[in-house]
Amino acid sequence: MKWHDFLTVAGQNDYPHRFTNELIFCQFMEATGAEIVVRCLAEEGVEFVFGYPGGAVLNIYDEIFKQNKFKHVLVRHEQAAVHAADAYARATGRVGVALVTSGPGVTNAVTGIATAYMDSIPIVVVTGQVPTPAIGLDAFQEVDTVGITRPCVKHNFLVKDVKDLAATMKKAFIIAATGRPGPVVVDVPKDVTAHLTDFEYPATVEMRSYNPVVKGHSGQMKRAVQMLLEAKRPMIYAGGGVVLGDASGQLTELARLLGFPVTNTLMGLGGHPATDKQNLGMLGMHGTYEANMAMQHCDVLLAVGARFDDRVIGNPAHFAREQRRIIHVDIDPSSISKRVKVDVPIVGDVQNVLTDMLALLKQAKEKPDAAALNAWWTQIELWRSKNCLNYNRNSPIIKPQYVVEKLWEVTKGDAFVTSDVGQHQMWAAQYYKFDKPRRWINSGGLGTMGVGLPYAMGVQLAHPEAQVACITGESSIQMNIQELSTCKQYRIPVKVVMLNNRYMGMVRQWQEFFYGSRYAESYMESLPDFVKLAESYGHVGMRIDKPEDVEAALKEAFSPALKERMVFMDFQTDQTENVFPMVEGGKGLSEMILAEEL
Amino acid sequence: MSRRHIISLLMENEAGALSRVAGLFSARAYNIESLTVAPTEDATLSRMTIVTVGSEDIIEQITKQLNKLVDVIKVMDLTEGSHIERELMLVKVKAVGAGREEMKRTADIFRGRIIDVTDATYTIELTGTGSKLDAFLEAIDPAFIIETVRTGASGIGRGERSLKV
Repeated sequence: MKWHDFLTVAGQNDYPHRFTNELIFCQFMEATGAEIVVRCLAEEGVEFVFGYPGGAVLNIYDEIFKQNKFKHVLVRHEQAAVHAADAYARATGRVGVALVTSGPGVTNAVTGIATAYMDSIPIVVVTGQVPTPAIGLDAFQEVDTVGITRPCVKHNFLVKDVKDLAATMKKAFIIAATGRPGPVVVDVPKDVTAHLTDFEYPATVEMRSYNPVVKGHSGQMKRAVQMLLEAKRPMIYAGGGVVLGDASGQLTELARLLGFPVTNTLMGLGGHPATDKQNLGMLGMHGTYEANMAMQHCDVLLAVGARFDDRVIGNPAHFAREQRRIIHVDIDPSSISKRVKVDVPIVGDVQNVLTDMLALLKQAKEKPDAAALNAWWTQIELWRSKNCLNYNRNSPIIKPQYVVEKLWEVTKGDAFVTSDVGQHQMWAAQYYKFDKPRRWINSGGLGTMGVGLPYAMGVQLAHPEAQVACITGESSIQMNIQELSTCKQYRIPVKVVMLNNRYMGMVRQWQEFFYGSRYAESYMESLPDFVKLAESYGHVGMRIDKPEDVEAALKEAFSPALKERMVFMDFQTDQTENVFPMVEGGKGLSEMILAEEL
Repeated sequence: MSRRHIISLLMENEAGALSRVAGLFSARAYNIESLTVAPTEDATLSRMTIVTVGSEDIIEQITKQLNKLVDVIKVMDLTEGSHIERELMLVKVKAVGAGREEMKRTADIFRGRIIDVTDATYTIELTGTGSKLDAFLEAIDPAFIIETVRTGASGIGRGERSLKV
């Protein structure tokens, strides 16, 4: 039996007295609000609901008990429920779903919701609320959910009448998944889950106030293509929008057709194959020398699904010192000319726009300026020859970069990799070469420590046969370590690659650089024995102290013998290793600190 | 360069709609000089007038961010074209002795109306642009002012220019 067979055997391991009431799936019959919630999720084809029960959602859980259309995954903390739903969405492109109770259930979920919001991830979070007559009376487990979540959702709803429930659920799924995606919260008071109404799930719902732009402006696209063909020193800068908009095929074709260099943002990794000759790696604060230099010195920049944020271009005034014309393709008009003025804005779905631009390019009589492009590539190769990601491969202590490189080799570059936040996240982004989109799952915008393990759970459930690795640190993993229990319950066989340097590494690095090596509260003391901890949950634990044992440990963890098991690898890494290159906050992109300079 | 803008918008008349707009302004540190809101002739729609100050870049972001709110149907920067702006002010003033007649004359000059009278007070109603209302308050002796209340600006486009669904 495979681990995931347990998920499909009608949940018998969960519910010994389970029964299926097919009656609730008859059309046009009266249903309670709770039945409607469950029925709507089934109609949307939801596979997994990540959640945690509580008073206000008991009616909904009772209906979940009676159905077999989707699987409920019981997490150990609401934050992890939202992260897992978020990761499911990132790895599949479908809407992830989480279900939490009122009050503390909601406040625990907020970090997960804000994480998804910052990275534009489509999720629907159903939250319980106190009964409508109790709202505003400081009832037990009451919070103003709509108010608390408003700044970190794409939209939210409070459903006060059961008659509005089905249409609201439909709207939630539409809003989450279309336009620039994002989280939507549906707050359902307990009495609404008990009230009866006629149920019919609408196929679609019209919203006069919500019509995201899909097609790009044809005149602007013509101007853009002309500009690309005239470029002497072109650059393509691709962000998370390429991954979210499923446009990596179009982007790769466009880059190949033009012969232009490509850089990916942290969120865009995999949107253009990292092993492609034209790929210059990640740009930004910890981007490669060649990507940052090319970004700074290009004369025509094509930005696709990216937002010029502070971790990407550094100081905007410094970035603007060099003259360049910018074409910016994005589905969200408010992302355009927010931090950097652009010359050709194109609002639209990136896949549509790139498809149309490809067609225009193929029709065009002109070809890119081969001589200029040659000279540009010669310059780029000179930058690339700095070999900025080099590190000491003969160290007697395990180098964290080495672990990531070996992981890439052992998994043949084909794993889904989640990470937490900090130095290990940057090393994962730099040294694991992602050739496919939706393989790299991390919290780029909010930078939420603790996402790694619940992210890995969501990804593994979405892709049960895939290799899933969670690259983490000893500090981040402890922020959601309780999910080892969820992994045990559902036998989720993720592989945790913990780079243990006994420090909050990125905090330590900044303290070393900018605070005179005064390591205030960044040393991680009193760590548990992670091997025993993993074993206590029934998982496989490993501790690796020497560089020569790294490869063997990874091979064992990803061997067929342990395919069905969760493996927790504790790599004791070099405590003093820093992430390079680095652009200090407020500095320009071309003002990098390189490893060799220290 | 910062300039004063009047932004008009139509949005779904739903609970929490106002807080979405107010929240957006505070979260992104935009200025609000005044904000007025009321349902339109179509009760499902609310019309909001926001007076704000900012550079062209900021105003562009404000209109884009407002348009991005799911409940917002249309946004228009009235100050981009010809428009009419009105604000209503009620002022309660001391009206005694010689000052009583003087106060009535000043109100007349500003086309204000006295809408409530006691032995010792007048309540004056004035409409106009914000600067006209400011001018009235400067024209009378501040010692006579008991209380003022202003609605904030409402605005509408001139001629054919209109904001509707």
